[in-house]
Amino acid sequence: MIDDHVTRHVARLARLELTESETVQMQHELSAILEYVQQVQELDLATVPPTTHAIPLENVVREDVPTPSVPVELALREAPEVHGDGFAVPRMG
Amino acid sequence: MALTDLTAEQSITAIAAGRTSSEDLVRAHLERVEHDDWNNFLAVNREAALARAREIDAMPQRPPLAGVPIAIKDALSTRDLTTTAGSRILEGFRPIYTATCVARLEAAGAVVIGKTNMDEFAMGSSCENSAYGPSLNPWDTTRVPGGSSGGSASAVAARQAPWSLGSDTGGSIRQPAALCGIVGVKPTYGAVSRYGLIAFASSLDQVGPFARTVRDAALLLQSMVGRDPMDTTSLDWPDPIVLPTAGRLDGVRVGVIEELMGEGIEPGVRAACRAALRRVESLGGTVVPIELPHASYGLATYYLIAPAECSANLARFDGIRYGRRAEATDDLLEHYERTRGEGFGPEVKRRIMLGTFALSSGYYDAYYGQAQRVRTLIVRDFAAAFAEVDVLASPTSPTVAFRLGERTADPLSMYLSDVCTIPVSLAGLPSLSIPCGLSDGLPVGLQLAGPAFSENRLFDVAHALEAAIGFDPSPPGVTA
Amino acid sequence: MSSDAWEAVIGIEIHAQLLTRTKMFCGCALSFGDPPNTHTCPVCLAHPGALPVVNREAIRLAIVAGHALGCEIAERSVFARKNYFYPDLPKAYQISQYDQPICGPGCFRFLTEDGEKTLGITRAHLEEDAAKLLHLGGEGRRANAEGSVVDFNRGGTPLLEIVTEPELHNGPDAASFLKQLRQTLVHLGITDGNMEQGSMRADANISVRPVGATGLGTKTELKNMNSFTYLERGIAAEVDRQIAILEAGGTITQQTLHYEPSTGHITSLRSKEEAHDYRYFPEPDLEPVVPDRAWVEELRAALPELPIDRRERWIREYGLTFEDAEVLSEPVQLGDYFEQVAALAPPKSTANWVRGELRALLRDRGQEPWESRVSPAALAEIITLVESREISMPSAKAVLGHVVEHGGLPREVVAALGLGAIQDEPALVAIVEQLLADNPVQAQQMREGKDKLIGFFVGQAMKATQGRADPARISELVRERAGAG
Repeated sequence: MIDDHVTRHVARLARLELTESETVQMQHELSAILEYVQQVQELDLATVPPTTHAIPLENVVREDVPTPSVPVELALREAPEVHGDGFAVPRMG
Repeated sequence: MALTDLTAEQSITAIAAGRTSSEDLVRAHLERVEHDDWNNFLAVNREAALARAREIDAMPQRPPLAGVPIAIKDALSTRDLTTTAGSRILEGFRPIYTATCVARLEAAGAVVIGKTNMDEFAMGSSCENSAYGPSLNPWDTTRVPGGSSGGSASAVAARQAPWSLGSDTGGSIRQPAALCGIVGVKPTYGAVSRYGLIAFASSLDQVGPFARTVRDAALLLQSMVGRDPMDTTSLDWPDPIVLPTAGRLDGVRVGVIEELMGEGIEPGVRAACRAALRRVESLGGTVVPIELPHASYGLATYYLIAPAECSANLARFDGIRYGRRAEATDDLLEHYERTRGEGFGPEVKRRIMLGTFALSSGYYDAYYGQAQRVRTLIVRDFAAAFAEVDVLASPTSPTVAFRLGERTADPLSMYLSDVCTIPVSLAGLPSLSIPCGLSDGLPVGLQLAGPAFSENRLFDVAHALEAAIGFDPSPPGVTA
Repeated sequence: MSSDAWEAVIGIEIHAQLLTRTKMFCGCALSFGDPPNTHTCPVCLAHPGALPVVNREAIRLAIVAGHALGCEIAERSVFARKNYFYPDLPKAYQISQYDQPICGPGCFRFLTEDGEKTLGITRAHLEEDAAKLLHLGGEGRRANAEGSVVDFNRGGTPLLEIVTEPELHNGPDAASFLKQLRQTLVHLGITDGNMEQGSMRADANISVRPVGATGLGTKTELKNMNSFTYLERGIAAEVDRQIAILEAGGTITQQTLHYEPSTGHITSLRSKEEAHDYRYFPEPDLEPVVPDRAWVEELRAALPELPIDRRERWIREYGLTFEDAEVLSEPVQLGDYFEQVAALAPPKSTANWVRGELRALLRDRGQEPWESRVSPAALAEIITLVESREISMPSAKAVLGHVVEHGGLPREVVAALGLGAIQDEPALVAIVEQLLADNPVQAQQMREGKDKLIGFFVGQAMKATQGRADPARISELVRERAGAG
């Protein structure tokens, strides 16, 4: 169903590091799953609209009124690495 | 009778009568939580829970839930209380806010005693995908409790809590409830706010209760439902949830989903469900066969939609604002790939990969787009069915609790665990599982589903059946 | 082939931050220049379990903008997730709009010296802004930075992205368009339009093709031009670059480019990451926006006169030049001030006074007309006094100077300073005759046809009257009394 190239491409899109053996296994497992789920393609659905929300609602919005933000210490509390009052990011290359 | 054998309702009565206190109840349950033979808890909230119990005990006017302890699935954000969603990538993460549904229960007087084990990011049907080891089934510790809310189900069956919260995307409350012999409810999509529920598949995720009685489940749901301004998919709830009292089912039309009573369903499971349906008739209800022509496409549809949504929902775990990050990476790309490669387990990676593929350029229409259309057909199937019957019934799980490791090698065989629960989820409808008997000494669950907002009717039917079936929810060997 | 053998084809994408109080999907207040990470919450930090909720005011502003851009307002508009990883995008998807934007096709009219032009608007949609990345070390440049930090204060600010059709053909038109688009959006209170601070940003999609061709060449995208001049120069540079490549027999590579204003160089922003595949899909956390049609019409009806209509009216009804209208239209308060004066005094003279004398006098004081002591009525009175020859031009300037400094009513200032024009005809005649007598040589030359010398006598007369004479009357009297042509 999907080859090594596609597997690696998708892993890159999803930002997942896979070892060589994981890549091989992933390719096999994904192929098997895709073969199964492909049955959705048997149906002729040209005239059927898609469902994105099972319980349809519209126009659920909020008013433009400020609510309190969190203190900066709390915002940064769980960050693996902080620099000053900012979240540290590795070299961007 | 031990304090841990009380239902929540009995506990509230006992507290009101002065026979016990919230602190005693909380302490008794914490005792069992801390001697955990089932690996059900990922975090224990001992000191805060006891403090809160004493606070409630000191109140002149007790809140409705009176300080009864509760266990919370680790997929729900609890401020300052470690929340991992069963994942390595959130190891040690202490949320900065509390989920709306938890905050509502706390305000109503429930006391959070701990966070329960689960399949990583709610992806799984056995709890074996937890990064912290599986929970075990109190009926047989060589077997799985089901999943993804395995810890929450097992904890209630094992008397570590009278009730608990789980979340259900394709069956993650109902299936473990069935496998652990307790009641589990997946409400109508939007009934309970998702704000603070760590998202797996946003269009399907719903929080719901586990309990040992239908009335307890209804009581817990009562305090959670309703619109939350923080979740635009949450609903204004039309009628309050009421505690069921029905003993008869006169005039109730129950449809049996024939596709889910045949091949692929264990004979013992089928037999227990058939027996329960005969009880429906003896209680005055009618049972008719119903067809859901597209239900058989449910699993395939689900395994496109849920992974697609999860591939985006889990993209935020990047080791920058919270959570684990990979050590000493050379550049940003490596940082992302290694942090996520190390942080996620195999099933989560599989689903992210599957969803990323299903959404990617050139494949969207054939996979994700097509699945959204099949979803429409499934929604229509249910609408047609509910024109004829009030409630649909089927087994909750095709099998009883399976052995640890039995399905881990083959992802598809694991996915089949949810074949009965998934179609209802795709349609956003309420459904619950009640225990309806044993097969080879292991509990069997009966799934009941209704149209949107029909929770009160489902509780009534379930309550009448519960009484008629008289299932004993005590796993052998689990003693106070 | 020479460069006139090529035609540039240009489309613009504009990102404008909306003037709401709070962010697009959470209640954090918008801010600029505050300490890092002081305007954040679980939603805009993308904490696990947090969910977006749409800001209604952003929808309103988008609809108002849509009306001003002549767009169709969608019956149903849907948010979508645009997936890509970057540290300034905490969810790793941007909530944007994809196949169902809030504003559909439209058409924007703008003025150039060649008259009104139109530019097709493809769409305008709502989305959220990214956070701010600060690069540490390496002189703040990404490529050399030791590392970076993220400040999420800006993250989640509502943005309106406006996409035009590729219908522009040169930099000056692109700059004119952008200038007037900005003016319109600012006028309607949709954005503050501050390009330096990045609250409005423009990208240009550029391709070239042989003149007469109808297909489109391969395009490049020139990112983030933060001034009209840079946009104009950047486009010119990129068009030249493309033509040079094509004429040398090369081909254009589709890529994202950066124009460096200080050097005029164009560099590629290509990264080693793979080509984008954004995997758009409908945002399950948000409901469709189905704007109430009565509300949409109400917003259309409430639309004030647009800057272009105002400018065209000034040119048509007031006889202003293109340049007058352009200068007076920006900022909008200046246009308002001009209109208030022009309602009381001849508009063309008003335009000259506002653009010329008034702004010159106020510039030294760092004031703008609408915040000065010169009320529109006062300026109109001064202009009227001049037009009716009750005061001379030099007196008028003196009066204006006095009002700028001290305020007051011009008529009273004229009286108090004794600046009224000398209306006493015999006195004026006497002055003229005296001057002709005192300057016989010049008088003779003038009689012989040297008309310029009339000016000399007018000047002398003005001097003699400390500027209080009406120069036009003096000029008539000089001709009359000297018997000149």
